Amino acid sequence: MPVFYGTEVASRLMLGTAQYPSPSVLTEAFRRSGAGIATVSLRREAAGGAEGAAFWDMIRDLGLPVLPNTAGCHSVREAVTTAHMAREYFGTDWIKLEVIGHADTLQPDPFGLLEAARILCADGFKVFPYTTEDGVLGGRLLDVGCEVLMPWGAPIGTGLGLNNLYGLRTLRAQFPEVPMVIDAGLGLPSQAARAMELGFDAVLLNTAVARAGDPAAMATGFARALEAGRLAYEADPMEPRDMAAPSTPLLGLAVLA
Amino acid sequence: MQIFVNGTPRQTTATTLAAALADLGYAEARVATAVNESFVPAAARASHPLAEGDRLEILAPRQGG
Repeated sequence: MPVFYGTEVASRLMLGTAQYPSPSVLTEAFRRSGAGIATVSLRREAAGGAEGAAFWDMIRDLGLPVLPNTAGCHSVREAVTTAHMAREYFGTDWIKLEVIGHADTLQPDPFGLLEAARILCADGFKVFPYTTEDGVLGGRLLDVGCEVLMPWGAPIGTGLGLNNLYGLRTLRAQFPEVPMVIDAGLGLPSQAARAMELGFDAVLLNTAVARAGDPAAMATGFARALEAGRLAYEADPMEPRDMAAPSTPLLGLAVLA
Repeated sequence: MQIFVNGTPRQTTATTLAAALADLGYAEARVATAVNESFVPAAARASHPLAEGDRLEILAPRQGG
């Protein structure tokens, strides 16, 4: 199973906690998915503080490590401040670092991401950067102290899958020892299986499960796809070829024509 | 004096962040705080002074992807 900053997690699935139709559906989806990490956020709390506490109680009952995010942050300062607030509240130095560069595409801002990662790594955070498949940026993120890369499959919430197979394959090949998570854009279990077949260590998804008609069933589908894809990766798949090649021996073929 | 709490103008006589949290109904709440876009740890709230126009962000866990 994947090891992030020295901690082995129990599954190749990291699952978000947003957009479920009800808390009970969320809980059941997590149970069926076998997810190894739950992602959470921080948002404004009304006087009294009851809503956040109730949500946090439910998440803690899942019994999983939590990965707080900086979702919605468009500047380095926002992301760094949010990370500090998350570290205090959740009691973890893990942070899913999002610095968004464009409101429509939710594409990472590579410049802000790198700067925020540099600041946070220097301050002892274990940064999980939401990045693109850009290998130069990936290298720079590793240089400033990241030990995980989380390239997008496609823009957040689109369900388009792995949009740039060449780029993702290249990134995987460029840093073979670095744990890598496909973060965002997955819509179907087959896409998660593909990520595994490419040698990625885990996937992080939310909408694909939470917005499915039956989130628990979809969670099960992703869990099985991840297992299938990983098995295929470890089994050393055959090389594809353009020309047909008979699988049944020609030797001994009867002459009946 | 007027301060801004999660974007909403509020009146308070509190002179520290800790006092303002109590004044504003967060005495029993477990939250994370920032003032003027800078993180203020829980341990520093009692000594963190507030001034007219300060912007408080008071956050707690929510759903996230």
